[in-house]
Amino acid sequence: MSTVAFITARGLFGRRRALLLLPLPVLLIGLAAICRAYGVSPDMWGQAVIVGLGLVVVLPVVALIVGTGVLGSEVDDGTIVHILTKPLPRYEIILAKYGVAALVTAVVAAVPLFITGVLAGSVKLGAALVVASVIGAFAYSALFLLFSLLSRRPVLVGLVYILVWEGLLGNFVSGTKNLAVGQYVITIADKIAPTAILESTIGLTTAIVMSALFIVLGTLAAVNRLSSFSVAGETS
Amino acid sequence: MTTQTLPAETPTTTGVVELSTVSRWYGNVVAVNDISMSLHPGVTGLLGPNGAGKTTVLHMMAGFLSPSKGTVTIDGKPTWRNPEIYRDLGLVTEREAVHGFLTARQFVTACAKMQKLPDPAAAAQRALELVEMTGAAERRIETFSKGMRQRTRVAAALVHEPRVLLLDEPFNGMDPRQRMHMMELLHRLGDNGHTILFSSHILEEVEQVAGLVQVIVAGRLAASGDYRKIRRLMTNRPHVFAVRSSDDRRLAVALIAEKSVAGIEIEANGLTVRASDYGSFTRVLPRIALDQGIRLRQVVPSDESLESVFSYLLEG
Repeated sequence: MSTVAFITARGLFGRRRALLLLPLPVLLIGLAAICRAYGVSPDMWGQAVIVGLGLVVVLPVVALIVGTGVLGSEVDDGTIVHILTKPLPRYEIILAKYGVAALVTAVVAAVPLFITGVLAGSVKLGAALVVASVIGAFAYSALFLLFSLLSRRPVLVGLVYILVWEGLLGNFVSGTKNLAVGQYVITIADKIAPTAILESTIGLTTAIVMSALFIVLGTLAAVNRLSSFSVAGETS
Repeated sequence: MTTQTLPAETPTTTGVVELSTVSRWYGNVVAVNDISMSLHPGVTGLLGPNGAGKTTVLHMMAGFLSPSKGTVTIDGKPTWRNPEIYRDLGLVTEREAVHGFLTARQFVTACAKMQKLPDPAAAAQRALELVEMTGAAERRIETFSKGMRQRTRVAAALVHEPRVLLLDEPFNGMDPRQRMHMMELLHRLGDNGHTILFSSHILEEVEQVAGLVQVIVAGRLAASGDYRKIRRLMTNRPHVFAVRSSDDRRLAVALIAEKSVAGIEIEANGLTVRASDYGSFTRVLPRIALDQGIRLRQVVPSDESLESVFSYLLEG
């Protein structure tokens, strides 16, 4: 593990905001378990819990908390300077932080989604959700890491992306679906394990190619941005 | 505005750190205006009032800001967008943010690893010894006092033994003992051939550590060179005193005959005396008052703020 990744991981789990990662996955599994315990048919709750809560809320929000936590908080409190004053190529720093963000997001989101998928249908559905949410974790993390370098309020920008772009506009303007990570995740899971719970709105190829584009372009833009990192706003 | 550049007692060869006609502006605000300077091995003080542009200059040297105009180089290599310079450069920022969840040793060792040093543990030990932090090295940084944090950050900046060390207001918030310790450390590093630049807005700090100074006022280089010469220039300027006494008019008459007094204004609430020589005036005033039987109620140097000293340098 690189030193940057080590410091990043220690910083992520050493902060109180790491606790924010717990409630959502617990809620997801809890709801599915309750429905299952009371014998409610998955047709009644599957879509609401898996898509409405799991893929639309848990996955992007976890990615937002982690993705902005690995870099945004260091930029915010100035500790990033200790990492930047080292002769490390900037891609090494970004890749270490990106790796930590994507892996942590993948684990925190995929495990409860797998359990929920199994409770709602089959192991196959659970596995499909794991694959889709891991890809989603990588795409979202690239985006939110970039937001940390583009804005001083990355959490706010990320929330606007999740709520307005993916949540609101996605329902009214069909074109935005091609530029929404959430849609790629649903599509990929649906194509692996077709059920009534998941309804894909775009093609599988589009979903895979666009996810790859988000990951590659987001990371490249973040590397470029970090190379020109300015300590701004101080004139004394 | 004229710049008083004094003949510096440094070699005329290219410096380790070079600023060549550097300006930096933020929108319409000019933070640094056409500054050129060379830094050589030894300790140099970057002196100037708050808001003069010291941090901006340091950030440009450290590769954290691009100059809007001009070039900033270390060993001939540009500092902007060039992480390679950090092999030869250490930076201690004014902001004291550190990864508080690490112990001092973990933090300094992590810095050594990121510098890709062959033996990070030994390098960290050496750096911690240099700043006398080995005793508390196993404690988490968040439990440290300000001075201990500062020393830990200096250890981290020195772990790879850089040729150039930049420190932004390193004495801020330190107690006198820590201050003395830091001054000794900078002296030692300067004597060992490191090129050290530290910024400060306090004359006395610079006086004690640096032989050479670069004075920045309002974004411009106001003076540059040997500290003593600049100091003389500063002390020889006219000084303004606000004086109140039991008989202002009689005191004014007696004072005007004095050589060290350049001018007097009689105002409703006392005298404003312009003295051409600080030392002689402050010696002669009590004697005259005593001779005349006048009781002095108040003698206040009214332009002793650093800003006025600096603006005098600019007027020159």
